[in-house]
Amino acid sequence: MADLRSPLTLAPRGAPSRPMAYASPVFALVLTLLFGALLFLVLGKDPVAALKVFLVDPLKDKRAIGEVLLKTVPLVLCALGLSVCYRANVWNIGADGQLILGGIFAGAAVLYFDTPGHTIAGPAVLVIAGLAGIIGGMAWAAITALLKDRFNANEILVSLMLTYIAQQLLLWVVNGPLKDPAGMNFPQSKVFSSEFLLPNLLSGSRLHVGFLVMLVLVAAMTVFVFRSFAGFRLQVGGTAPLAARYAGFSSRKALWSALMISGGTAGLAGAFEVTGPIGQLLPSISPGYGFTAIIVAFVGRLHPVGAVFGGIVMSLFYIGGEMAQSRLGLPSAIGWVFQGMLLFFLLACDTLIDNRLRWRARAA
Amino acid sequence: MTLQLPPRLALAHITKRYPGVTANDDVSLSVAPGEIHAVLGENGAGKSTLMKIIFGAVRPDAGEVHFNGAPVAIASPHDARNLGIAMVFQHFSLFDTLTVTENIALGLPPKEVGGMKQLAERIRATAARYGLPLEPNRHVHTLSVGERQRVEIVRALLARPQLLILDEPTSVLTPQAVETLFVTLRQLAEEGTSILYISHKLDEIRALCHHATVMRMGRVTGVCDPRAESAASLSRLMIGGEPPREARVTTERGPVRLAVRDLSVPRAHAFATELQQIALDVHAGEIVGIAGVSGNGQQELLAALSGEDPRGAAGSVQIDHQPVGRLDAAARRRVGLAFVPEERLGRGAVPGMSLSANTLLSHQTPPYVRGGMVSPKAAEGLAAGIINRFRVKASGPAALARSLSGGNLQKFIVGREIESGPKVLIVAQPTWGVDVGAAAQIHNEILALKATGCAVLVVSEELDELFGLCDRLHVMAKGHLSPSIPVESATREQVGLWMSGLWEGGPASERPHAATEGASHG
Repeated sequence: MADLRSPLTLAPRGAPSRPMAYASPVFALVLTLLFGALLFLVLGKDPVAALKVFLVDPLKDKRAIGEVLLKTVPLVLCALGLSVCYRANVWNIGADGQLILGGIFAGAAVLYFDTPGHTIAGPAVLVIAGLAGIIGGMAWAAITALLKDRFNANEILVSLMLTYIAQQLLLWVVNGPLKDPAGMNFPQSKVFSSEFLLPNLLSGSRLHVGFLVMLVLVAAMTVFVFRSFAGFRLQVGGTAPLAARYAGFSSRKALWSALMISGGTAGLAGAFEVTGPIGQLLPSISPGYGFTAIIVAFVGRLHPVGAVFGGIVMSLFYIGGEMAQSRLGLPSAIGWVFQGMLLFFLLACDTLIDNRLRWRARAA
Repeated sequence: MTLQLPPRLALAHITKRYPGVTANDDVSLSVAPGEIHAVLGENGAGKSTLMKIIFGAVRPDAGEVHFNGAPVAIASPHDARNLGIAMVFQHFSLFDTLTVTENIALGLPPKEVGGMKQLAERIRATAARYGLPLEPNRHVHTLSVGERQRVEIVRALLARPQLLILDEPTSVLTPQAVETLFVTLRQLAEEGTSILYISHKLDEIRALCHHATVMRMGRVTGVCDPRAESAASLSRLMIGGEPPREARVTTERGPVRLAVRDLSVPRAHAFATELQQIALDVHAGEIVGIAGVSGNGQQELLAALSGEDPRGAAGSVQIDHQPVGRLDAAARRRVGLAFVPEERLGRGAVPGMSLSANTLLSHQTPPYVRGGMVSPKAAEGLAAGIINRFRVKASGPAALARSLSGGNLQKFIVGREIESGPKVLIVAQPTWGVDVGAAAQIHNEILALKATGCAVLVVSEELDELFGLCDRLHVMAKGHLSPSIPVESATREQVGLWMSGLWEGGPASERPHAATEGASHG
């Protein structure tokens, strides 16, 4: 009987491979670039030049690097919270909605103080705006937590659908209560006064101090996840509810704290967007950062430091997509294609963490 | 010879290697039609792998399988079922959220299911016929471990197999029920069904089986007629030496450490057992056992004692005269309670976490957790100490809990709980699925703890274990707890009857179908 099966088989490893867990994102990235080059070839572009537009040009000078790092801020902030959620087995995919709510709250806070003849100091308002953003994101995530807790509603569906509601809410506030009265009826708030914008970090770039806050949160989250007992309880509560109860941990607490943390970081990301590069409330304040952050979290192995690397890669793809549009005449959706390919290849390569490839033994 | 039927199943030179271990090394075995054939060996001897190969769940690296004389390649459990092989696994493969009937329907070919109503009837009838009471419409998540095993057995029997494989089937049955099962198995064998009976219980194998294949470390170490062997000679084949002896300790009984007074807990879900006025005392330096068929309230009692279910009245559970009935598990641990649950993976340990992280489930005080921060070094040291002292086979403190065999994980959990220096230790099914050597070791550790003045409560469905370990015995039936009897004056018959609730003032007023004559004056 002819053996028509593939000569390669997957054999389970005795234990998950640690080196492979770290190598997998690298493999995925290499495969993404390879297939990306192939895609450019098919589209009739020189693959080397095209990849240069994607990978090298966004890093060519200080201003360009600043742009890449600027985009990592919302991506990494969202991914930090999502990593905690996923470790706790809470599948929050509504970070984008939580980010939008954070933006709305922060924007409302700034607009409240930003009146002619105000006396309050800029930094104070920025702190208040940041806190308002965190509260906004948490409040939005709390809806998901409440519905899951009380009615066991699926958090994937609830958090996703709340994202679309958040978008409508933003559309409403910029068309209604927070619309710039002197804005000729455009659906947007007034532009925040310059003292209520996050100070720049690098002269000549738009990178703001939120980047430093992000780095501090990366460190804090690393300690929280790997060293704190609260982080441990959360992970036990999420992955083994019976073990959590056995240990005296509350799995409800795990659900709530995971969603509060990720709602908070996403909300802060929203606050940084509106008080940073955007500088006002617009009908759209996020090109899907909260969704891309899911990929960032997984590329970063649900590790806070890993999220920074994942964030930089994804940020490159965002900017590369825009550049591909202007320089290569390709649709900017090419960036999304790269993001999708990366996630796809990552999931495929992750199979090799628990399994290894083996030549099929010759049939006896 | 020419008239003889070919063997129902013949294995020749089966070899299966896993990364790091050879689970089966050149194993051959032959089972005749209508034969009850024992596969005997310690945990990790390779019995389960061999059965999975026969059942098509694992493919051998080398060797041949013949069924009814013809060579076969069993590539999947589906193939095995088509050949007429049914298996009752030691680890259950049931969907928690489905009912018993739905689970069984999933395992049958669609045309065999018929209507769900009819299937439920067939399940009820088969269950009753084999003395395995089962409610077809209950959801599996509400069933105890013992009841889940009944589902597996009934599922296998429904398919009317030619070869029935049973992996440690009696650990959840009363002595009377074991007898009933044996009657059934003998009847099945007489009807021509071949039975592969995997066990490490020598008495059962000697009472039931026609032939035995003994395995040790992946190899066949002997083929014999167990009826002609002694328990000692079988044991030698199995472990390659004399079984370890357990030291019996007599200790002065101290003051009451764990007191349960009028503990009543309503059921948490429709199929749970209501606890009714449970009363028991465990003194320092004493081991008290609770016998009973699973599903009679042991799960609920354990949860109420451990703090996983803190719905009892505050004073209904007392540790050292301190009311703890309303405290959660962590708070009770601080008072001096330690608990080894029946489920090791997922409850006693987090499968995907390292052993050192798993120590934190029950060690939540300095030096392991200080100021809200975990000390990885202290936890690692603790895990390494447990691995060392309890001879846990693991690659080290960083090994994931799920990478350990059941017996080794149990040793680790028992060790972890003992290391906390408890005043009261509650152990559920201490040696379930654990090999003879590890079981003796766990028993010795429990006895040593008793000698230090700890109060120990053991809940087990294995009477041998309770009789060997305990000073006094209670029996649990239908959510009630019997009075205690000293082990010296207890008999298996009496305990067996009490398991049906037939003690003075017990809950058996509705007269179960079991033998009831002469019961109430026990």
